[in-house]
Amino acid sequence: MLSFKPENRAFRDKVKELSGEKIDLCFQCGACSSGCPMTQEMDYLPSKVIRMTQLGLEEALDSKTIWVCTTCFNCEVRCPRGIDIANVMEALRTMVLRKKYNRVNLEDLTAEELRELPQIAIVSNQRKLTA
Amino acid sequence: MKVAYYPGCTLKTTAKNFEASTLASAKELGIDLVEPGRWNCCGTVHALAKDDVMHHIAPLRNLLRVEEMKAEGKVDDKKVVTLCAMCYNTLKRSNQVFKDDADKRKKVQENMENEAAPYGGSVEVLHLLELLREQGWDKVSGRVTKPLKGLKVAPYYGCLLLRPRGTGLDDADNPTIMEDLLKALGAEVVDFPYKLKCCGSYHTVQMKEAVADLSYRILDQAKRAGADIVATACPLCEYNLGPRQAEIRKHYPSFGALPVVYFTQLMALAFGLGDESTAFGANTPDPRPLLKERGLI
Repeated sequence: MLSFKPENRAFRDKVKELSGEKIDLCFQCGACSSGCPMTQEMDYLPSKVIRMTQLGLEEALDSKTIWVCTTCFNCEVRCPRGIDIANVMEALRTMVLRKKYNRVNLEDLTAEELRELPQIAIVSNQRKLTA
Repeated sequence: MKVAYYPGCTLKTTAKNFEASTLASAKELGIDLVEPGRWNCCGTVHALAKDDVMHHIAPLRNLLRVEEMKAEGKVDDKKVVTLCAMCYNTLKRSNQVFKDDADKRKKVQENMENEAAPYGGSVEVLHLLELLREQGWDKVSGRVTKPLKGLKVAPYYGCLLLRPRGTGLDDADNPTIMEDLLKALGAEVVDFPYKLKCCGSYHTVQMKEAVADLSYRILDQAKRAGADIVATACPLCEYNLGPRQAEIRKHYPSFGALPVVYFTQLMALAFGLGDESTAFGANTPDPRPLLKERGLI
């Protein structure tokens, strides 16, 4: 069984600080995961990512889930414990992006896509997924 | 009545039909929407990381412009109206952070040293739907010359008009504001279970198949509920539900099509305004054959 190891405290505290969320309150009801529109694209369900952060497991940073989250806040509205899960996802993304990581690259887009896509799509995509 | 209006980037390019229909309809209601002389990007997404101060500066600088407009007598009060759901959310949430967090407020103001005066925090951010609600639905229905009789409209809210809880323009679980407007316009409102589901948002850039799948589910539910047309209030939802139907048909060939328009276009139509104001020619798929069939154009 997985249990919290003291050496994982620093990571857990960093996530708490960056997200501002009381992640310890999560009791794994799964309401966030059941309402999430993007779960079919994820490796770990949002509720599992929250459990990983409770345990201070840095593997959460390698999860596809944190990049697939659309920050639509459906989970925030559903959480009976008052946790804004989208804030936790942002904290995890931020920790990776601040190491100068780019999840996406504008150069991968064709000229036609750049012309056709609304600016808000491109700007928000870059804001969320690039360093 | 003169009210400040923050357009944001997309209203000037792929969502010109949203802006044209808004400005013309508002004028009919005696509302003059006044754009600031200069404005900048809203940031599109709210800075969620708690140590992020930098990304609050851009949205708050736009609110400073509104304070200046009031001081110069260009607008009646310190309200700013937005149309795009992303602009609404970022401006409104940064404004709240500015009010609630003294430390961030100080840092933001320090970073506005090249301005005549820093932002003071006195602006109220509204979505056009809220301004219409303030006016009263009777005032809207009183201006209708061509009721949208028999047109079955499914209102689609998506995410950022309503969430997170407490920051949106209506109840996060059971909103009625768009329904109220559509009823005032004489339309038949169609309720459907996916009206609050996310359209996939900015993932439309690199994950268009996933977004098409989400959009398909939303549109399919609207169709099953009997909708002729979907009304939206966000240029990104409009894109993912509208032009992305080409991608949907690749995966679901039997889908067909379902017109998606801005609520303001339906308002302009019900007010009896012309093509320049309704601007349906800019929508994909084209809603005009449906509207012609219903005798509305």
